[in-house]
Amino acid sequence: MRLLRSVLSPVLIVVALATSAAAQDRIKVGEFASLTGGNASFGQSSHKGTQLAIEAINAAGGVLGKNLQLITEDDQSLAGQPATIVQKFIAEDKVVAVLGEVASSKSLEAAPICQQNHIPMISPASTNPKVTEVGDYIFRICFIDPFQGTVMAKFALAQGWKKVAVLTDVKQDYSVGLADFFVKYFTAHGGEIVKEQKYSTGDKDFKPQLTSLKGAQPDAIFVPGYYAEVALIGKQARLLGLKVPLLGGDGWVGDSLLKVAGNSLDGSFFSCHFSAEDKSPAVQDFVAKFRARYQETPDDMAALGYDSAMILAEAIKRAGTTEGDKLRDAIAATKNHPGITGNITLDAQRNAAKPAVILTIRDGGFKFQETVAP
Amino acid sequence: MASRSNVVFLVVLGALAVVSPAVGHISPYYYDIVVSIGISMILAASLNLINGYTGQFSLGHAGFMAVGAYASSWLTLRAGTPGGAGGAVVFAGALLAGSVAAALTGLAVGAPSLRLRGDYLAIVTLGFNEIIKGAIQNAEPLGAQRGLGGMGKYTGFFSTFACAALTVFVIHNLVRSTYGRGFLATHDDEIAAESVGLNTTRYKIAAFTIGAFFAGLAGGLYAHFKQFIHPEAFGFTRSMDIVVMVILGGMGRMVGVCLAAALLTVLPEVLRYVSHLGFLPEWLRHVAENRMIIYSLLLIVVMIARPQGLFSLKPARARS
Repeated sequence: MRLLRSVLSPVLIVVALATSAAAQDRIKVGEFASLTGGNASFGQSSHKGTQLAIEAINAAGGVLGKNLQLITEDDQSLAGQPATIVQKFIAEDKVVAVLGEVASSKSLEAAPICQQNHIPMISPASTNPKVTEVGDYIFRICFIDPFQGTVMAKFALAQGWKKVAVLTDVKQDYSVGLADFFVKYFTAHGGEIVKEQKYSTGDKDFKPQLTSLKGAQPDAIFVPGYYAEVALIGKQARLLGLKVPLLGGDGWVGDSLLKVAGNSLDGSFFSCHFSAEDKSPAVQDFVAKFRARYQETPDDMAALGYDSAMILAEAIKRAGTTEGDKLRDAIAATKNHPGITGNITLDAQRNAAKPAVILTIRDGGFKFQETVAP
Repeated sequence: MASRSNVVFLVVLGALAVVSPAVGHISPYYYDIVVSIGISMILAASLNLINGYTGQFSLGHAGFMAVGAYASSWLTLRAGTPGGAGGAVVFAGALLAGSVAAALTGLAVGAPSLRLRGDYLAIVTLGFNEIIKGAIQNAEPLGAQRGLGGMGKYTGFFSTFACAALTVFVIHNLVRSTYGRGFLATHDDEIAAESVGLNTTRYKIAAFTIGAFFAGLAGGLYAHFKQFIHPEAFGFTRSMDIVVMVILGGMGRMVGVCLAAALLTVLPEVLRYVSHLGFLPEWLRHVAENRMIIYSLLLIVVMIARPQGLFSLKPARARS
């Protein structure tokens, strides 16, 4: 033990000196993400986007004459870790702001600590409404779940579909929330809900519900569920001769959707944060840079990670300081930020008002359809 | 023996009370790690009673932790998370209630399933862990899949380590009491124990109930430290972590198990630190970045080199 201490202490002193010298000309930003574990695919993606943004900011001269230093910590997709990491960011690294996480349960654990320490936190993709309710230092740059219901209702009306049926997953807050907002907007603007049916996560047979929906002869069916069930619903709908388009939200995005559904979902539409096929110059520029850096196509998590870091950098510039309260105010004042995932404005609840992207399914892939503003 | 450990327990409590104010001044990050160590110690020590001393194989310890965490959080939230002395009383009451709830769950799990042995028991406990997790995921008043937050930060250095000392003290004294020798007998040879008139099923149930009680205590401390709990926090991964602490420390060796709990809680943070050291060569930092691989590798190496446990001096007791 004594040997250990005698070896360690000079090492620690050197490290402390080295880091404090470097800290003078850098602004530190903490990022926590699930780089390993169950949510690793989301975490890796958002981290790559965030990293790309920080590199771009520094290449363009940084902010306030200093470079940004991104300190990334892996929370292993484990509960308990985000709290520890954020404590480290604030107490040890002295970060000016925290970026993270994708999963709402991780953001909810970190948020109270950021709030207590008056360190702004920006979540790239936590959609649970409770996240930003923690306090006025907590922001998000993705839209919250219910918004997608409104977007799809708008889209359906624009397509001239007046009679729509709804099939909800009653086990998921996500699904129930989307359905509520869809019905509210749709009926308020002249549409008619001809039939509502329910199912539960894990169900395999949807024929009874689909048969009942078919009898109502809808123009389209809104199915705001997750991909595992939606794939089966699409397949069984076609077997029953139900040929109308299905509509959904970002819960549809999953590798196995098209593997299971085959071509039975062709002609269906769902809302999403981002599409790499969007022809707008900002998106295409981002996709090209991302491919050059990582040799892969960015997904929505990467785009949201990128936007979260960009919004933070913009806010630091506008605030002219990295002091917590002023930086918070600057982030809250974010208006019409030209992000990769659309023009982002933060509202009084610190949530993002921004457009959604609508994708369609064709030829065994997701194709960009259009952008719907809020 | 018993009187000596009483003295040790009181001295430890006194030392904690003296040290506690000083610990309050360290950085919140280190404070977080220190308290996490204490919670891990309670979990490992309580599982040690079941897996170590009594020789059963439970893979569901996180389930009992969940019961304690949720029950105590529900109570303190109901009480409106008061501050000051009232808060301390509410917290102590909630911790106790959470532990009792966990103990009752342990009893409910133990009574029907402890006629099983070895692998079969392991599967059943694993199943119960998932049932508890699944039940919470569907319980609206407990936040279901959204998680439960807003608890007051009642847990501190003193409460955690006082509970850890209590856990070690109770379990240590229990297995050394006349009654408690039955746990060791159940571990050593169940048939021989039965033949001299010990009701081994009763001992197993007792081990589960007491072990679950302290796991519930750890859960309550955890919930009021992190201030946010989620069903995913109490899944199989957490159960496995605790099992690893017990095995690495040497089954049935209390000091070893506590040291292993501390080591395994600190190790990932040490590797995190190493991965950021600027003067290390790039490749070495990259290796440390993949700290979970190193962590797992260390476990494999230790198990091959020291199957009796890292901190056990004597060779392991032969397992039946």
